[in-house]
Order: sequence, then C-alpha cells, then structure tokens
Amino acid sequence: MRMAAPAIIALLAIGVYPLLKALNMSMRLYQITKPYLGTPFVGFENYDKVIRDPLFWQALERTAYFFILTIPVQLVLGIGIALLLDRVRWRRLAGTVRVLLVLPIAVTPTVIGLVGRLIFNRDFGFVNYLLSLIGLGPVAWLGDPGTAMFTIALTDIWQWTPFFALVMLSGLSAIPPEVLEAAQLESGRGWQIFRYVEFPYLRPGITAVLILRTADILKLFDMVFVLTRGGPGVSTELVSLYVQRVGFRVFDMGMASAQAILLLILSIVLARIYIRVFYQELEA
Amino acid sequence: MNTATQIPLLSHRRRRLLTNLFHVFVLVVLVVFILLPIYWMVTTSLKTTADTFAIPPKLLFRPTLAHYQVLAQEGVVLKSLVNSLVVATATTLLAVLLGTPAAYVFARFDFRGKSDLWFWVISNRFITPIVMALPFFLIARDLKLLDTRLSLILIYLTFNLPLVIWLSIDQFRVIPREIDEAGLVDGATLWQTFYKISLPLALPGVTVAAILSFIFSWNEFLYAFVLTRSEARTAPVEAANFMTAVGTRWGPMMATGTLIVLPVVVFAAIVSRNLIRGLTLGAVK
Repeated sequence: MRMAAPAIIALLAIGVYPLLKALNMSMRLYQITKPYLGTPFVGFENYDKVIRDPLFWQALERTAYFFILTIPVQLVLGIGIALLLDRVRWRRLAGTVRVLLVLPIAVTPTVIGLVGRLIFNRDFGFVNYLLSLIGLGPVAWLGDPGTAMFTIALTDIWQWTPFFALVMLSGLSAIPPEVLEAAQLESGRGWQIFRYVEFPYLRPGITAVLILRTADILKLFDMVFVLTRGGPGVSTELVSLYVQRVGFRVFDMGMASAQAILLLILSIVLARIYIRVFYQELEA
Repeated sequence: MNTATQIPLLSHRRRRLLTNLFHVFVLVVLVVFILLPIYWMVTTSLKTTADTFAIPPKLLFRPTLAHYQVLAQEGVVLKSLVNSLVVATATTLLAVLLGTPAAYVFARFDFRGKSDLWFWVISNRFITPIVMALPFFLIARDLKLLDTRLSLILIYLTFNLPLVIWLSIDQFRVIPREIDEAGLVDGATLWQTFYKISLPLALPGVTVAAILSFIFSWNEFLYAFVLTRSEARTAPVEAANFMTAVGTRWGPMMATGTLIVLPVVVFAAIVSRNLIRGLTLGAVK
C-alpha cells in the first residue's frame, strides 16, 4: 500500500487540488486585470452567464461541426485502409505502411499547424499549386471564414485517420482465420463478409475511437491555434480556444473556470462510458 | 475440353492480380499522402528563401544549411530545445519512479477504493487541459513558479503518471504471482521483490510507457504556452512564435519544425506497435 502513496499524493497535489481550485474560481468574480474588485464569492452567477452566453454555445456548435466534418471521414477512410492492409498480398508493403501510419499520430501538433500554414498558403502553397495544375484556384484556405474550417478539418483528417486505421486493423487481426475462410467458401461476396464477419470484430474499436476522439476534439487546441488562431474572425475558434481566450486574453478567470468545469463534466461522462464499455471488471 | 476449363481459371487469376495491383496503387498513394507534409517541411528547411517561394515549387534544388546556421547563431530555438529535452526527460523519469510502484500495488493487491482510484487515473486521459491550465496558472504565479521548467515537469505528471501506471499494471499482471511469492518466502521485503524481481521482468513494458510519456511531454503545447514566457519556453511554443513577427520566416520556422519532429519520429518508430495501446489505454491492443 505504502508503495502507491507517492504517486497518489502527487496526483492529489497536481490532479485534484487544481480541479478544486478551478471549482472555487468558477464561483467567484475573478478578473485578473481588475484586482481592486477582489475575488468575491458569487455562487452560480458565472455558470448562469456561461449558459446564456451565445459565444460559448457558438464555440460548442463549431466544435460539433468540426466533429461532423472529421469523424465520419476518418472512420470510413480508416476502415478502408485497414481492409486494404489486411488484404494486400505484399505483406512487406503492408508492414511498412503500418509503421508509417504511426508518424502523423506522433508528430507534434504545433509543427503540423506550422506546416499547414506553409502548404495551404494562398500564394505559394503546394495545395494551391496542385489545384492550379487542373485549372482551379487559388483558394484562400486560411483566409476565408468558410474554408478555414475545412482546412483545419483536412489537417485533422491527415493526422488522425491513421489512428482509426490502426485501431480497425487490430480488430481485423483478431478474426480467427478459419472463420474467415469458412465465410469465404460459403458466401464469397465481399460486402456480406464485411457486414457479417468482419464488422462485428471492428465494433469495439469503433466505440473506443468515437469516445476518445470526442474527448480529443474537446481538448483540441495546439494545431488549430497555430494554423488559424481561431480565425478569421472566430470562424475556427473551437471550444478549447474560446475558453483559453476568455481566461488568458480577457483574463476573466471566473467565467473561464465555469466554462472549463462544464467541459470537465462532459469529459467525466465520456470517461464513465469508456470504462463501462471496456473495463467491466472495475464496475463490480 | 482442356482449354475450356483453363480460360476461366486464367481470367480469375488475372483478376486477382489486377485487384492486388489496385491495392498496391492505393497504398502507395496513401504513403505519399502521409509523407508529403513531412517531406515538404524538411525540404523547405533546406531551401533558400527564393526557392521556397518559387512557382512551380522546386522539386530539385541545391540544399543549404543556412537556416540551421541562423538558428544556431540566434540561440533561442536551441535553448527551447534544451528546455523541452530537460522537461520531457525529467517528467518521464519522475512518472516512472512514482508510477511503477503504484502500478505494482494495483496489479497485486485489492483494497478499498481501488476502483475509484482506478477510474480517476483513467479519467485523466479524458480531461480537457484547459480545465487545469487556469488554476495551474494562478497556483504557479502564487508559488513564483511561472516560467520555470519545474512547473512543467510537475504538471506533465498529470498525463504521464496515469499513462505509466496504466501501461505498467498490464505488465505486472502477466508476471506470475508465484515468482513474487518465491521472493517473499526467501525473506525479501515487498520493495525488494518489486525492485529486484518484478520491475526487471516488466522493463520492456515500462520502457514503452516511458517513451510514450516522453513523446507526449515533448509535443505538449497548451500548458507550456500559458505557463512560460522566455526562460523556460519549450520548443513547440518557440516554433509557434515564428508567426507573431512581421512576416513569417519560413526557412528557420521549418528548420525548427524539423528539429522538433526528429526525435519524435525515431521514438515513434521504436514504439510503433504500442502507440495505439497507449492512446486507447489498453482497450485496443
């Protein structure tokens, strides 16, 4: 028991104490730039303001829109890539691709944002060059509110589709070969084999990535911040960026904390679901 | 008779060959898609500024290390890389030091509140960092820890400690209890059995956890952005800083990006089989 104490004390100090402090801050008037106001206790006033703040809801809506733009694409592409890697006869190629798929997931998101700035540049970016070859463009990928959201979504798709693919691939590799062979002899139709034999093995992985990516999108800050700073205007200001702006540029810590606590509740719900699905033995 | 049976056979074989070629083609396109941004970053860091803006983009160019020399002369980027290295290494060591004994206890003993503790360890994977960034900022300010590497080293434990604990539990669980018990019977204390018997056996898994925790710390942006100014600024924050200046210095910026990504690529290749396990907390193996 005593062996676990240092870790638990550390987690209490860095994990629980700050959360309690955030909870406390969320119930106070706490404007760093106006120290003369003090930090009086105001109860749920901040929460009330947050819930009626249209900007907060818009940030959540943009986050949901980002989810809709990215997750279905990543899921479909991920399953496709996994099926391909599972079927291709050149096993060595499949092995190489598998290792390469890890790259986008591991690469520093900040750097991905910077590279995005380079290749999506309106004037000399590589993407617009490719478009010009087929007589299109130039597109202001980052300069136009309508397209900027697509640009950050595309970047996210580049980074996270491999994650979906690798998770799906591990689902496929759990299928006993004899089950697959029997199904191939019996039906032989690709779609039916996918639907009735392979898909059931993918389902846990799909649940896992959907929950994890929902949490990740609520967290998403660095790549978007570097690529667009939430702009133009607030067109790509996802919820994490909005809370950061209220906290560290408007310096309204009370409001920002209330917003953050609401996000925290969302993430705890997600964590609960994840545990319920994947670690049943803990629920006992 | 013979030819009649052979024709469909051949066409079947040809169709399989075509399918396979198609698969290979799609995979090659995928590889290009994955590598292109990284390739573009590295080549831009080696191009003269004139070549960077060339239209059409120059695929063949005379590489130059000029941008790297600029970084070496200016020093801020190198300093930030040192900061990143110190922070990521220290927090990883600390996470392993604190996390492995805790994981051992989790794996071996049952106690009251264990599942609550467990839940809380996992939920750290889901928490939005901005929730923690606000109080951390005020706490660090009060403790005069703003703009220090120590503050980052400690704060990164919020995600590294759960990760190390989590992955190590799995490792300790597969070690048969009999091995530990043999040690205890021989008169070793629990610490000794942990340190001399179980930990060495779990080392491969612990190493994976350490590498993942290094990668995540190295890549972290939000906390470093909020909590550091100049002294303790880490490399990702320094890199993002290239854009606030008037006009972007693409060459040095891409050189910085390349330097940041280099160790990540090496480590990611080493743990490529375990990255998914780390990201899904073992739900997907």
